[in-house]
Amino acid sequence: MSNFGFTISKARIIDYDANDRSIAEYIAEHEPSFRVCIECGCCSATCTTGNFTRFSLRELQIFLKRGENELVRDNIGKCMLCGKCILVCPRGVNTRNVVTLAREAFNKKVKNAV
Amino acid sequence: MQFDPFVIPFNIGLYFILIYAVVRSVRWFSNLSRPDKLRLQRGFFGRAFGQSLKEIFMESLIHRKILKSNFRLGFMHMSLAFGWFLLILFGTIEADIFGEKHLNAPYKAIFFKFFNPDHGRAGFEAAYSFWMDLLLAFILSGLLIAVIKRFSSKVVGMKKTTRLRVLDKVALTSLWLIFPSRLLAESFTSGAYGTGSFLTGFLGSLLASFLPAQQMAYPFWWLYSLSLGTFFILLPLTRYMHIPTELFLIFARNSGITTGDQPGAFTEIQTYSCSSCGMCIDACQLNFSAGITNIQSAYLLKGIRNNENVSDIAFNCLMCGRCDQVCPVGIELTPIRMIRRRAGETEPVQTSIWKKYLPDRLDIMPVKTNGKTSYSFLPVEEPAKTDVLYFAGCMTHLTPAIGNSMVRIFDASGVNYSFMDAGGGVCCGRPLMLSGQDREARELINFNSQLIWKSGAHTLVTSCPICYKVFKESYYLDVEVLHHTQFINMLIEEGSLKLNFLRKKVVYHTPCDLGRGSGVYDEPKEVLKHVVRLQNTNFENEKSLCCGGSLGNIKISYQEKNKIARDTAAELTRENPDILATSCPLCKKILAGATETKVADIAEIVAEAITVPMLKKNTPKPASCLRKNVIVY
Repeated sequence: MSNFGFTISKARIIDYDANDRSIAEYIAEHEPSFRVCIECGCCSATCTTGNFTRFSLRELQIFLKRGENELVRDNIGKCMLCGKCILVCPRGVNTRNVVTLAREAFNKKVKNAV
Repeated sequence: MQFDPFVIPFNIGLYFILIYAVVRSVRWFSNLSRPDKLRLQRGFFGRAFGQSLKEIFMESLIHRKILKSNFRLGFMHMSLAFGWFLLILFGTIEADIFGEKHLNAPYKAIFFKFFNPDHGRAGFEAAYSFWMDLLLAFILSGLLIAVIKRFSSKVVGMKKTTRLRVLDKVALTSLWLIFPSRLLAESFTSGAYGTGSFLTGFLGSLLASFLPAQQMAYPFWWLYSLSLGTFFILLPLTRYMHIPTELFLIFARNSGITTGDQPGAFTEIQTYSCSSCGMCIDACQLNFSAGITNIQSAYLLKGIRNNENVSDIAFNCLMCGRCDQVCPVGIELTPIRMIRRRAGETEPVQTSIWKKYLPDRLDIMPVKTNGKTSYSFLPVEEPAKTDVLYFAGCMTHLTPAIGNSMVRIFDASGVNYSFMDAGGGVCCGRPLMLSGQDREARELINFNSQLIWKSGAHTLVTSCPICYKVFKESYYLDVEVLHHTQFINMLIEEGSLKLNFLRKKVVYHTPCDLGRGSGVYDEPKEVLKHVVRLQNTNFENEKSLCCGGSLGNIKISYQEKNKIARDTAAELTRENPDILATSCPLCKKILAGATETKVADIAEIVAEAITVPMLKKNTPKPASCLRKNVIVY
């Protein structure tokens, strides 16, 4: 059984109770279009930063909504805010504001304001 | 000595406001940076002094700019400002000539009729009274328009007028009361003594026929004095602070002081110079297309003056610069907004009413830094040596037709060029700057600067006005920065690009960052005139509209953007052109989604018109002016 392939990925549990959704809620409160994202990945496909490094707004949005903030905190600063993702978004999500609000929220989090 | 207790409120108000104006001016002057102080000193004792006096006369009194754009509104402002000025001036002269002695205290001129009720019966005195009545009638006509405007702003051709605070309303009421109470006071006095000219004399005899004019006059003289006193005392707390501040602003501006990118005394002076006249509200597309009516520059400055947290207002703006163009005071609104964006969120400060008379400096915190670099992942590149560098920009990569057209134009003109971000380069940094994140923007600017410097190019051509503006203003590089329309225009003038004439009707949409932002208006039109028939619109040059897609606004929703884009496209395509031309990839992308008309960049139109030479001798000569040697400092 141990050779069946269960060991390819590490065991992983998403504990929604332990996760911190305050950042996602802060963003959704100030930018309602954050809620309508369908995680299609168009933003990641066109991303200027994505050309150079592993950065995907789609991934970050999913993680934010799950409340797993560590990866987002480390990566959100890489965005150059060039705005291509807004133009390609099929749902009209104001992605630049999402990124700006996320940065703001992490800054405030340090000061325990959120 | 002629004196009566009713002049006391006026005297208190007048001397208070005179001393106050001096104190505030000294404070502003001492808060200016050292170079600005020197500029102001030099300007005050130099040629700028005459210019300033002329500007004060033309703008602060006559209101020439408003008169030009909207006569009724201009007349309202002119009659109140210029009329009042003339009334004071000629009142002082009147008191000096006809009064009991020369060189009177100011109240003698203002309340001349009370102290000399018998004046103005015949001859020159009567003519002078006629002139003073005429001035009063002039002011009252403007006041009538002002009252009507408060209730229905459409009458004076304004769609929206500014919403006021309670204190502003009190000051406004006292201002409105000044002139009618003067009219009634003078009329009653004239009625009692049988003097006065066509206005006060007629009204006075009419009122005296059924009212005891002698007794009625005195309360109105009190009302006149009280409303003047109230207005002067409240002036520093209200928007009327713009009256003394504007004088200081005009001197400072003519001495060559500019806003720059740091908060300081000049920003503060401009903030207090705003009269909340509401011209910026009417010009704002967020107002007339998207229905957002609380973020215009008048409200931004009002919020700053009251120490509110204005970050929501500051970020909800297209940064198109239309308000800069219409502001009758000439306040640099967009730079002030940029400064507030850098400051981010601020704590609203509650101050007591006494504190508001001498507020603290409108200082805001410097940019926060956390020391970490965000873009350390960017690779170190070694670009090839070249003469001309082409930077397409992020937005051009979303509209590849523009980039491809530019490549065709480069190839046809035989320029030694290199495509800097052929595989998708780094952002120019302006979007970060517009979001107030200067430190991050500086990292990208450094990265791009190194690439440009290493390539040894002496000309940088960009397709995106957003990039163009930041390359021009924030990159400290010894290269000539050209927008592709300027570059194409140069090629055509040199004869290294031969073009056919296309039989098409075209209207041109001036992008905000290229037009108002960088002052490039003529070159794109010159290029278009070579290849197509250019039609005029109602929104040319400084008046041009924004497409709505501006990266300046990070708060606006998708739906609101669409409303602006549709309105703009509809206005521009009113004459049914074949092509709606623009010179910005972002404008192209946004407008294309909002109209049925074909939208194309100038580069695309030019690339379509390139002639293929039939004979070898007709081959255009390669661009020569681009073969200059690189100057290395």
